[in-house]
Amino acid sequence: MSPAQTVFAAELAANEASEHRPLIITLFSVFVVATLVITVWAGRQTKDAADFYAGGRSFSAFQNGLAVSGDYMSAASFLGIAGAIALFGYDGFLYSIGFLVAWLVALLLVAEPLRNSGRYTMGDVLAYRMRQRPVRTAAGTSTIVVSIFYLLAQMAGAGVLVSLLLGITSDAGKILIVALVGVLMIVYVTIGGMKGTTWVQMVKAVLLIGGTILITFLVLLKFDFNISDLLGKAADNSGAGAAFLEPGLQYGASGTTKLDFISLGIALVLGTAGLPHILIRFYTVPNAKAARKSVNWAIGIIGAFYLMTIALGFGAAALIGKDEIVASNPSGNTAAPLLALHVGGVDSAWGAILLATISAVAFATILAVVAGLTLASSSSFAHDIYANVIRKGQATEKEEMKAARWATVFIGIVSIALGALARDLNVAGLVALAFAVAASANLPTILYSLFWKRFTTQGALWSIYGGLIVAVGLVLFSPVVSGDPTAMFPDVDFAWFPLKNPGIISIPFGFLMGWLGTVLSKEEPDKAKYAELEVRSLTGTGAH
Amino acid sequence: MATDAPPPSKEERPLPSAEEFSEVQQSAEFAELRRSFRSFAFPLTIAFVAWYLLYVLLSNYAGGFMGTKLFGNINVAFVFGIAQFVTTFLIAWWYSRHAAAKLDPKAEAIKTRMEGGA
Repeated sequence: MSPAQTVFAAELAANEASEHRPLIITLFSVFVVATLVITVWAGRQTKDAADFYAGGRSFSAFQNGLAVSGDYMSAASFLGIAGAIALFGYDGFLYSIGFLVAWLVALLLVAEPLRNSGRYTMGDVLAYRMRQRPVRTAAGTSTIVVSIFYLLAQMAGAGVLVSLLLGITSDAGKILIVALVGVLMIVYVTIGGMKGTTWVQMVKAVLLIGGTILITFLVLLKFDFNISDLLGKAADNSGAGAAFLEPGLQYGASGTTKLDFISLGIALVLGTAGLPHILIRFYTVPNAKAARKSVNWAIGIIGAFYLMTIALGFGAAALIGKDEIVASNPSGNTAAPLLALHVGGVDSAWGAILLATISAVAFATILAVVAGLTLASSSSFAHDIYANVIRKGQATEKEEMKAARWATVFIGIVSIALGALARDLNVAGLVALAFAVAASANLPTILYSLFWKRFTTQGALWSIYGGLIVAVGLVLFSPVVSGDPTAMFPDVDFAWFPLKNPGIISIPFGFLMGWLGTVLSKEEPDKAKYAELEVRSLTGTGAH
Repeated sequence: MATDAPPPSKEERPLPSAEEFSEVQQSAEFAELRRSFRSFAFPLTIAFVAWYLLYVLLSNYAGGFMGTKLFGNINVAFVFGIAQFVTTFLIAWWYSRHAAAKLDPKAEAIKTRMEGGA
């Protein structure tokens, strides 16, 4: 396809979409109204803090497994991975694999002990045997930072979708949509709390899986269910030939990019078990056994979904072709919705309906994940920082919930503002940064707290702040922020750190600081408290 | 509907005392529970992380091997990727079976005794 034709094709897709704008808006409105009804219903049942933070701990393992999947399969998974595979072939597939294998860390080491010994937040477990105020402040800080990185990615995804679907290319229009997403999420969280948010996640997970199965089926149908043919066609149309199906297309260029690949790989596999919005989901089930089962459900659902990203990504490469994908969005973020249009037929009503459906699903995905992230950060603010640090544990439940609701409004406004700034960034890459920060600041502290009896307050503070500062600092001076055509600020260059993902440095650093802080600290670890934590975390004695 | 079930968290049970916790932590029964958890979960974690890193490293530094076509357009890299999915499912199933058989009964026994005595 010549460049002119390519631009034409992309415009065609956008026109196609905007012709069917009423349909897209209708489908999306149905989702919004349905979820608002759920939210109000859940809100009426939300009476105490356990309802607000943990959905009353009354969800079944399957329900929570579905909700965990909903929280996890973000815009990055759906739009980002499909785009990464469509553009870079096999290298994009690393995201799918890393995102899934990561669940084993959560299953084997974190989910059950956390459920057994914590109450509402990640900070509950980190601060259990430490001096409460400094450790809770640190846990709250890293929760909010990780969640904001993740929020940025979702907001960027929202902006991308809008420009494709509604033909809104003006900045004001995109900002308006980001603001709409922000307002909806504030409503979900303040009114529905964890109960409402969990139901929204479940609905969204079902929609996303349903939509993905449909597109996967239609793609495979075009190739008579012969995966080899699909891959062959993808390689042919990618312009890269057989290399498209081999590792190295994106990361194989030099020693530095290979290092970046390892860095990304480590961040993906170690990040999940440190993501606050995932961790608090384990509090919504009655006990550790149910937490384990919900992780198993999640592994099954998420695994099936990521297997289907093969069909989405390679299908997009085979059926749309690289040029049109890039013309529509340089990072490939629109490959999945475009694929829906193509499998349905570019000029047919069926194609337009599919495009509208998949786009509405992608919107639902963003909205739900954004709500989950906001809940995690406002819970941590209210429970860790407000109740335990500012009020020193003297706040009533009512005051704490009020603080959580105000924090939600505040975080909502902050993320609207940041989302407006981040609207043109690469979605999957941004989420990988959130994973790197979570793996550097949170995971070492969680593992040391649970399993190392010598671990001290100073160790906890050093590993949280050390991991956090190094991870965020390296991102700041990386090609993600400056010195690269795809950077946040492409016109300036202060990128002295060559890798796009900081994980390979910051994650070992977080672990090292936790160890160093502990062996260098003058205080003795609290043996009695560790006995309590260890017995509780392994047996569930006295679990909330 | 599950959400209508009475939340189990509402009645706050008093926690056992610090002495009781220390006593249990020192007991042979708890040591056995800890051992059967750690001796299963820790080596398995190291194993799957190593298996995953092997995949990442091969992708990076053994491009020729990974690009070897096995049948049609399916190459070693593709099979390796799918194998990561399969092992993830298997490990999740294996751990859950171990936990249900070896960990849950021991944990349950200790919990019942401690909460009953509190």
